Amino acid sequence: MRFNFLLFLLGLAGLVMMFAPLPVQSSPPVEREFRIEASQYAYSPGEISVNPGDTVKIHLVSTDVVHGLYVDEYGVSITADPGQTATLTFVADKPGSFRLRCNVTCGAMHPFMIGKLYVGPNLWFYRSAGLAALVILSIVFWKRSNQPTITAN
Amino acid sequence: MELTRSPRVKALLKSRYPQLVLFVLMLAGFVFAILAGFIGTPVGSHNFSIVFVWIAWWAILILVAVPFFGRGWCAVCPIPVAGDWLQRGAVLNPAPKTPKWLGLRVPAKFRNMWMQNISFTLVALFSSVILTTPVVTSVVLAAMLFLAIGLSMVFERRAFCRYLCPVGGFIGLYAQTAPIELRIKDKNVCAKCVGKPCYNGSDLGSGCPWDVFPGGLTKNTYCGLCLECLRTCPHDNIAINARPFSADLARPSAKLDEAFKAFIMLGAALIYAYVLMGSSGAAKLAAYNVFTPAWFVYAAIFLTVIFILLPGLYWLVISITPRGRGVGVREFAIASTPLIPLGLMFWVAFSLSFVLTNATYILAALSDPLGLGWNLFGTAALAWQPLLSAFIAPAQSLALVGGLAWAARTAQKTAPQAGISSAPVISYCLAVTLLMIWLLL
Ligand code: SF4
Ligand code: SF4
Ligand code: SF4
Ligand SMILES: [Cu+2]
Repeated sequence: MRFNFLLFLLGLAGLVMMFAPLPVQSSPPVEREFRIEASQYAYSPGEISVNPGDTVKIHLVSTDVVHGLYVDEYGVSITADPGQTATLTFVADKPGSFRLRCNVTCGAMHPFMIGKLYVGPNLWFYRSAGLAALVILSIVFWKRSNQPTITAN
Repeated sequence: MELTRSPRVKALLKSRYPQLVLFVLMLAGFVFAILAGFIGTPVGSHNFSIVFVWIAWWAILILVAVPFFGRGWCAVCPIPVAGDWLQRGAVLNPAPKTPKWLGLRVPAKFRNMWMQNISFTLVALFSSVILTTPVVTSVVLAAMLFLAIGLSMVFERRAFCRYLCPVGGFIGLYAQTAPIELRIKDKNVCAKCVGKPCYNGSDLGSGCPWDVFPGGLTKNTYCGLCLECLRTCPHDNIAINARPFSADLARPSAKLDEAFKAFIMLGAALIYAYVLMGSSGAAKLAAYNVFTPAWFVYAAIFLTVIFILLPGLYWLVISITPRGRGVGVREFAIASTPLIPLGLMFWVAFSLSFVLTNATYILAALSDPLGLGWNLFGTAALAWQPLLSAFIAPAQSLALVGGLAWAARTAQKTAPQAGISSAPVISYCLAVTLLMIWLLL
């Protein structure tokens, strides 16, 4: 009975872990500008971070062939011809981590040309890590409560 | 629960024609993929060979076939079929009593998974090129086809599948987790059975092409679900059962070759998550530019991680714990069993990220398989568009955490059989899972 209650608590903690809304961001939204260089098969910088609500302005410069930049889940994109700058502006209103992907076939490894945009903390990472820890705790407890006498081997 | 109890299901499986139709279709698709790689566009994402093998087939294999049907893919795989036909000298008739060709037995020292460990590692080291270059994919596919044929001429049964196929090894390893199995119904019937036609063959069918004695099956690893024994058993003693997931792992294997397969797969998933899904351009170029100094560094790191770092750390973790003092090879192999469900779910999570992202290429390649400007179904111009991207991170998170739970439960059952505590095993699983979560999310 005690252990059932414990499991219940752990389950509850798991739900909280998955669905609890994040504490409201205190920093007021600003405009963030980035200059990103694209070359086969990477962006430089490869990862950028902003706060939720910020207006993101990306100047994409290609240093070799034509490259694109598509932001996962936001669905916005731009294309930059070699040597020219293209600018993409959007409001980062969804928190989490998102991949930036080249959306112009630019060579063999094109499908793996990837960058990252973090909007606030990397939500799913923390949620998943927390959940992983909880799952382990529950499994260990569950085992203890079910076979209290076992002395493996 | 026995699935073959239904007479209709059983008749369908026993008849050679449904399987033959699938074989022929698969073989046609396979040969077309090889041709497409040679004559079609060199742009991977628009060539049937790359799109159908590495996006469509891979997705079906790792997300559906292996987790739910184990070696189900091997039941319809076209690669060994031509070799089978030549070996038997017939399409439908069973293998003749006296071999038509050399019919040698595979030497004992090769009768294990090490060759498959090596062949998978070789493919894995060149995977960035194979995965993205149609011609190279075609060369690899053709090589598999011809190796399978060649080995069928030299050796008896399916030597290629059993000992060399780079995918066959991990399919077999992970098939142990599948909720399906082919087993005998009654041991006593086998004990009294004269001639053991399931292994030795009869007029009704070939002896087990995978060189296993169906009567002794306790795990899915080496049964290719070819269904021959269902046809040859004169006592109706073969059944296909639905069962709980990972039932085979309750009695873990104590073989080092299989344990290393688990480490290789786990390590390869981690490395691919970093190289292919990460943002490091240097890593991608190193993996792609084979035989350059950077690639040799990449290869060295790759080999070190899968053959030394991951197994070595595991050894260390389980043997420094109080009860792990006398851990030998046998105990090490048994103790690594939880890495089987864990590794499978790593691959599921990793595959989700590129399969859904590139799924639109499938429709485009269907209309224009060679990238020559055809438009068979009007979908050739379909623009690339990641599918369900909002769903990928939660799904990956679920797969990885679920895999960890599965591994931890497995550890609680298998660690005692290795004479060690499950705590270090679970800690190791937790650590690598956190690493994978960090790499993918
Ligand atoms: S082992 Fe390889 S070649 Fe043989 S049936 Fe399975 S996937 Fe096909
Ligand atoms: S033929 Fe049937 S009864 Fe005989 S050994 Fe094989 S499975 Fe058992
Ligand atoms: S003959 Fe039976 S045991 Fe052998 S591989 Fe085929 S299905 Fe499996
Ligand atoms: Cu690009």
